[in-house]
Amino acid sequence: MSVATSIESGIAGPAEPFGVAPGEADARIEGRSTWELAWARLKRDRAAMISLTVIIVIILVAIFAPVFAAITGHGADAQFRTTGMTPDGLPVAPGSRFVLGTDDQGRDLLVRIAYGARISLLVGVVVTVLVVAVGAVLGLAAGYMGGLVDTIVARLIDVVLSLPYLLFAISLVSINFLGGPGLPIIVFVITVFSWAAIARVVRGQVLSIREKEYIEAARSLGSGSWRIMFVDILPNVVAQLIVYATLLIPVVIVFEAALSFLGLGIPPPTPDWGQMISEAQQGGLYQQAWWFLVFPSAALVITTLAFNILGDGVRDALDPRLERL
Amino acid sequence: MSDALLSLTDVVKYFPVQTGHLRRSRDMVHAVDGVSFEVRRGETLGLVGETGCGKSTLARCISRLFELTSGQIIFDGRDISRLRPRQLRPLRREMQMIFQDPYGSLNPKRRVGSIIGDPFAIHGTASGAERKRRVQEAMELVGLNPEHYNRFPSEFSGGQRQRIGVARALALRPKLIICDEPVSALDVSIQAQIINLLSDLQDQLDLTYVFIAHDLSVVRHVSDRVALMYLGKVVEIAPAEELYQHPRHPYANALLSAVPIPDPIAAAKRERIVLVGDVPSPVHPPSGCNFHPRCPKAQDRCVVEEPSLLPRFDDDELHATACHFPVADGEDLSEARPAIGVEHRIVEPDTAGAPTGLGVSVAHGSPGSPESPEPVERRRS
Repeated sequence: MSVATSIESGIAGPAEPFGVAPGEADARIEGRSTWELAWARLKRDRAAMISLTVIIVIILVAIFAPVFAAITGHGADAQFRTTGMTPDGLPVAPGSRFVLGTDDQGRDLLVRIAYGARISLLVGVVVTVLVVAVGAVLGLAAGYMGGLVDTIVARLIDVVLSLPYLLFAISLVSINFLGGPGLPIIVFVITVFSWAAIARVVRGQVLSIREKEYIEAARSLGSGSWRIMFVDILPNVVAQLIVYATLLIPVVIVFEAALSFLGLGIPPPTPDWGQMISEAQQGGLYQQAWWFLVFPSAALVITTLAFNILGDGVRDALDPRLERL
Repeated sequence: MSDALLSLTDVVKYFPVQTGHLRRSRDMVHAVDGVSFEVRRGETLGLVGETGCGKSTLARCISRLFELTSGQIIFDGRDISRLRPRQLRPLRREMQMIFQDPYGSLNPKRRVGSIIGDPFAIHGTASGAERKRRVQEAMELVGLNPEHYNRFPSEFSGGQRQRIGVARALALRPKLIICDEPVSALDVSIQAQIINLLSDLQDQLDLTYVFIAHDLSVVRHVSDRVALMYLGKVVEIAPAEELYQHPRHPYANALLSAVPIPDPIAAAKRERIVLVGDVPSPVHPPSGCNFHPRCPKAQDRCVVEEPSLLPRFDDDELHATACHFPVADGEDLSEARPAIGVEHRIVEPDTAGAPTGLGVSVAHGSPGSPESPEPVERRRS
């Protein structure tokens, strides 16, 4: 569905500026950039627009997590042993007091999921930006400079892609690297394991762009290596980078949840989706209290799904010719 | 000669042939092999030759996009042949290039204004509103609508794109412009427009051109003098009309006999000189005169001794030819037969064939590898 819409819109897009009558030409003299065209195509992709809306809602929930806490009067870590638990010590089902129910310690799931969104989104976005920046710079340098730089970066990519990341993460935590479990180690591990894929793609692109005549023209004008890499080459890989970045965000979110699930990420009691899922399945309590497992998992699935669909839409919008894999 | 803006002495550029990652071959592509000439202020020097003869490599040597293997280039009284990249930057303001492919030479992701504004940005000569004004001035100069400042290259036609390339080259008012086949990618009608634009600009701005082309008629039209290249060497250099009226080198004769004549009767009368064989591999160029395997007038001396570029017969000093046995006015080359002694012959010439066929099917150089390997060079500025 989304493919059909976006391809169609790519062909039957609104009239180009040079199709405008001579009289009104002055008003539309500015050519539309890749971004304006891509946005126009993306707007016609219904699935992508719904995903975008979902993502905006999740972002708002994350930002206003304290508001949820204030309205319900339930703090993220607060345990309600009397109201939040049945007399048997079981979690309370969803209802008017606890909208999404409580967990095994009588904490409000809604508030905890809202706070958990903060960590997921923060890690997802920050790490992705970091990963793309590192990957792009190393890929550009390797592709454009060649020689020793290229050899070193290419080998580094091979090494990183062949390391088992979970073992690596577990061993880092066990030696208390960067202070043991927590945000720093999550950022570190995910960045170290994700830049290589970006760098490899960028390097390949740069290798072909480097041979273009306009790069030679830039050199004959007196541009230095830095200017050529960032002014002449980078704009030609930015579209690819954005596609990769949108598709990388859900991967990073799942990656973070997986690390927290294994106890390598955010330490309790700070709410985190992966850690909540882990707690829910540990005691087997979810067999009585399904909401305990289902709601954090649903939050994770909906978020990653929305980012994935948006990423697909962005890819189609930026390069309508690209074949869908 | 003090009025020389550019002077080349024995410029040589070899590219290593890359065979693999670990083994470095000692074979070299002799792309430019000892070229010397001068370009005087205000003139247009045409550089012609067939594909792969080293014209474009020579252009990139002059503009110092390539390091020279050896030789010397003097530009405006300064030896520029050994300058480091940093020292080259001021030179870039004085010497610019116009490229062949108007589609490939403009960055598709950047607006025209910023492409033409690049020279100002790189050399820090103008910024902000002043840069915009200068860019629009340059656009006007080459006949583009200055209001199209914010458009992308993809919104222009081939001819307009080439004008953008010209505007970019002219932005800093250089003294020398190297035109690397500036019109060969364009329609014939557009070619004329660009050529006229270039010659108008030359008068207006006092420019000197090195004009590279493989179209002999275009070169004849634009050039004051013409240098003809074959396999990395200049084989004949002369004032344009002189070269076209009295070609001395057998290769020049063969080339000129292939230029189409608009008159069909004259064309039918003309004897075309068809050269035998392919251009030898520039990795192993033939000994002596490198044209001898294909030359209808080749003799033993041509195999062993390289001819120097000198005036022949009673030509004046501007007309120099690198040939031991130059072609006299009115000489009929189609009757000529090579006379290379047995000791120099690798393959028997095919004399039993058609009587008008000439030349020799002598295969010097690297047998069995007619295609020249890709010149590979790490590009760095």
